[in-house]
Amino acid sequence: MGEGDRAMATSAAVSRAEGSKADRKARERSVVRAVLDSHEALLAVIIVVVGVVLTCTSRDFCAWPNLHAILLGMSAESIVAIGMTMLLVSGGFDLSVGSTMALTGVVTAMMLKTGAPVAVCVPIGLGVGAAVGLINGLVVAHVRINPFITTLGTMGIARGLVYVLNGDKTITGLGQSFTAIGQGSLTVDLCFVRFSVQYPIIAALILVVIFDLLLRRSKFFRQTYYIGGNEKAAFLCGIPVNRMKVFMFALTGLLAAVAGVITLARFGSTSVSMGVGLELKVITAVVIGGASLSGGAGTILGAFLGSLLMAIIADALTLLGVNPYWNNVVIGGALLTAVLIDTLNKRRKGQL
Amino acid sequence: MEDREQVPGPILGVEGIVKRFPGVLALDGVDFSLARGEIHALVGENGAGKSTLIHVLGGILQPDAGRIALDGAPARFESPRHAADLGISIVFQELTLAPNLSVAENVFFNRQPTLGLGIVDRRALYGRTEDALRSFGLEIDPRLPAKRLSVAMQQMVEILKALARGPRVLVLDEPTASLGAAETELLFEKIRTLRVSGCSVIYVSHHLSEIFRLADRVTVLRDGRRVDTLRACDSDEAKLASLMVGREVRDIYGARTTEIGEEVLRVEDVHKGKKVRGASFSVRAGEILGLAGLVGAGRTETGRAIFGADPLDSGRLVVRGKAVRVRSPAEAIRHRIAYMTEDRKEQGLFLKMTLRENCVAASLDCFRNALGMLQEKVISTHAETMCALFDIATPSVRQQVRNLSGGNQQKVLLTMWIGTQPLVLIVDEPTRGVDIGAKSEIYQLLRQSAARGIGIVLISSDLTEVLGMCDRILVMREGRIAGEFARGDATEEKIIACAAGVAPEAAA
Repeated sequence: MGEGDRAMATSAAVSRAEGSKADRKARERSVVRAVLDSHEALLAVIIVVVGVVLTCTSRDFCAWPNLHAILLGMSAESIVAIGMTMLLVSGGFDLSVGSTMALTGVVTAMMLKTGAPVAVCVPIGLGVGAAVGLINGLVVAHVRINPFITTLGTMGIARGLVYVLNGDKTITGLGQSFTAIGQGSLTVDLCFVRFSVQYPIIAALILVVIFDLLLRRSKFFRQTYYIGGNEKAAFLCGIPVNRMKVFMFALTGLLAAVAGVITLARFGSTSVSMGVGLELKVITAVVIGGASLSGGAGTILGAFLGSLLMAIIADALTLLGVNPYWNNVVIGGALLTAVLIDTLNKRRKGQL
Repeated sequence: MEDREQVPGPILGVEGIVKRFPGVLALDGVDFSLARGEIHALVGENGAGKSTLIHVLGGILQPDAGRIALDGAPARFESPRHAADLGISIVFQELTLAPNLSVAENVFFNRQPTLGLGIVDRRALYGRTEDALRSFGLEIDPRLPAKRLSVAMQQMVEILKALARGPRVLVLDEPTASLGAAETELLFEKIRTLRVSGCSVIYVSHHLSEIFRLADRVTVLRDGRRVDTLRACDSDEAKLASLMVGREVRDIYGARTTEIGEEVLRVEDVHKGKKVRGASFSVRAGEILGLAGLVGAGRTETGRAIFGADPLDSGRLVVRGKAVRVRSPAEAIRHRIAYMTEDRKEQGLFLKMTLRENCVAASLDCFRNALGMLQEKVISTHAETMCALFDIATPSVRQQVRNLSGGNQQKVLLTMWIGTQPLVLIVDEPTRGVDIGAKSEIYQLLRQSAARGIGIVLISSDLTEVLGMCDRILVMREGRIAGEFARGDATEEKIIACAAGVAPEAAA
C-alpha cells in the first residue's frame, strides 16, 4: 500500500512537471495556432510574405504608383465583395452583381446625357442596383427559388438590358463634375511623404471598415451568421429570416451599383462588358477570405484581403513578365489552396 | 461466467475487441456473444462504446484487435456491404432513406426484383413492398416518396429495408426514439416473430423499460468495457441503471419544491391545419404540465402553433390574463413564450457556432448596447454563468456545439430558451437520444425552472418520464385534448387507453 502510494505520488509529480513543460510548448504553439485559426491573420501573413518576395525580385513593386494601381484596380471589386460576404455568411450568394454593376453604369450615363444634375443621376443609378437586389431577395425569400437560379436569371436579364439600352455605341462626355467621383484624388501629407489617393480607393476602404465592424459587432448584421448556421433554428429563435434575406440581397445590389457608378466615373464612358466575370472573381475572393458556400462563416476583412491577394498576384505576373493568361490559373490555384488549408484545418480540429 | 453455455452455438461472437480513436479508447477488449434466435440488448451511457461496437459488427469500422466469429467460424467484416452479404443488417438511428425515391424502391434498395436485363419489375416491387408493409400493420402507399412519410413511418420503412435483405442478425440502434407507443408495440411484436423464425437481434436502447419487455439478455457497456451480461429476467431497471452509470441511481425525476402559482398561459380552441383541431388547456406558474399522446396526435403541431412557428388558424392565447396575438416566433418570444424543439440538430442548435453564440441566439436583443452593437464580454459572462448553472461540460464557451455530447447539447438548447426569460416553456421531447445521466440532469433543470415560476409544458412520448415529472397530464388525440389526469391517478395504462381512444371512460 505504502509503496503504491509513493509511486503514485512520484508519478503525479513527474506528470505535473511534464505538464508545465507541455504548457510552455503549448503557449508557443498557440501563437502559430491562432494564426492558423484566424483566416484573416493567415492571409495577412501570406500577403506580407508575397509582398516581401516581390519587393526583392522587382524594383517596381513597392513603389507607390504600383501599389496605388493595385488598390485602384480592386476598389470596385472589394465594394461588391462586402455584399457578397454578407450573402455567403447568411447562406446565399449572388451571380448578378457584375451585370447589375454594368446596368447601373449604363442607366447613370444615360441620365447624365439628358443633362440632369449628378445629384439626381447617381441616386437613380443606385436605385436601379438596389431594385435588382430587391427582386433577387424577394424571389429567393418568398418564392423560395434557390439563389443560384434566381440570380442566374437576373444576371442574364440585367446584362441583356445593358445591351438593349447601350447598343453598340459608347456613351462618353459625362461631365467633369461626375467623372471627378472616380478620377479625383486626395493628397495625403504623412510626415514629409506626400502621396495622392484616388477617391475609389478611399470609398472602398471606408465601406470595408464600416461594414466589417457592423458584420462583426452589430446585433442586426450578426443575425446573418445564425441564418447561415441553421436557418430553421434561426427562425425559431425569432430572427426575421426572410426580411433579413431580402435586405441582404438589396444591400448587395446597392453596393454593386456603388461599384458601377464609381467604375463609370473612373473610366468616363460606358462599356457593355463592365463587370463581366466579376461575380466569380468576387466569390473567389470571399471564399479565399474564409467564407464558406454552406454559410455561417466569413468576414469582410477576410474578403478584402482575399481581393488584395488576388490583385497582388495579378500585378506580380505582369511585373515578372509572365504571360497574363496565366492569371486565371494562379487565381484558381489560390482558391483551391485556400479551401484545402481550411479543410485540413477543420479536419485537424475535428480530431482533437 | 454467465449462461452462455446454456445457449448452444452462438451465431455471432466477438472476443477482446479493441478500437482506438485519436485520444480515445472506444472499445477496450469487449466480449459479446449472440445466440441463435436471441434478442440481446446492448445498453450503456453515451460514449460507452455501443455505437463503436455496432460499427465494428457492421463492417464500418475495423477493430484494432480481437476476434469475430460468425456461425462458429472466424470472420472479418471488410465493409458494410460485406457484413450485409454475410447476413448482418443494421438499422441506424439516423435515417438513411433516399427522400425522393418511393417507399418500395427504398425497401428494395439495390435489390429490386427484375424482369431480366436489369429492368425493374415494378409490379413485383410494389406488391412485395405492400405485403411487407401490411405485415407491419402499416397502411402506406409503396409508391409514395419516402420524404412524404412522418419520421416514425420512415423509421419503420428503414426497418423493413433491413429485413428485406433476409438477415441472420438484425441490429437495431435506438429504433423507438422517434416512434410513439402504438408503433413501438407493433415493432416489438414484429421483433418477437423474427426471433421465432431464427433471426437474432441486437437491440440498442436508452429505454430500460423496453428492454425488460423484449430482451432475453442484456450486456452493459461502460467506458468501452463490458461491465456485465445478465439475463433480463434476473435483473431490473435500477440494477441496470447503476451498472451503466457506475453508481446507485435513485429517483431521477426529483420532486416539486415550490407551490404552483397563477395561470400563465391559457390556450383556447386552437386550430391549425388538419393536425390541431380545437385544443384548449391552461398552464400555471411553476407547474409541469405533460402533453402525452400517440405520434401524430398533434402535440408538436400544437406547440409550434402556440409559438407562432406555424401560426394558428384560429383560437385564442391568453398570457397572464391578457389576450395576445402570436404570428411568429419573434412575437412569441416577446410575449415570453418559449418552445424548445424536439429536433435538436436540425432545428434547435447552431452546431457549427460556439456555445456562447448558441446561448444567446434567442435573446440577442438583451445583449446589444444603445448603438445596436453586441456586447461580447457580457455575452461571454452570461454563457459562462449558464454553463456553471446548468453544469455543461465544455472546455470553453468558445467550443463549437457540435463537439459536445448529446446531453450537453440538449442543455445548451435549454439555456438558449431559459435566456429568453419565458413565462411559459414548451419542451418537446427534451430527453430524446440522451443517456440516463444527462436525462436526470435535464429533469433537475426543468424542476429548477419550474421552481423559478416558469410554467412548463412537457411534450413527451416517454410515459415513464411524463408520469415521473408532471403535475398534471393531458392526453392528445386527433388534435384535441382527449383527457386530463392529475398526478396521483395517472397510470401508463390509462394514458395509453385514452391516447388510443379505446376507453373513453378513463378520461377524467
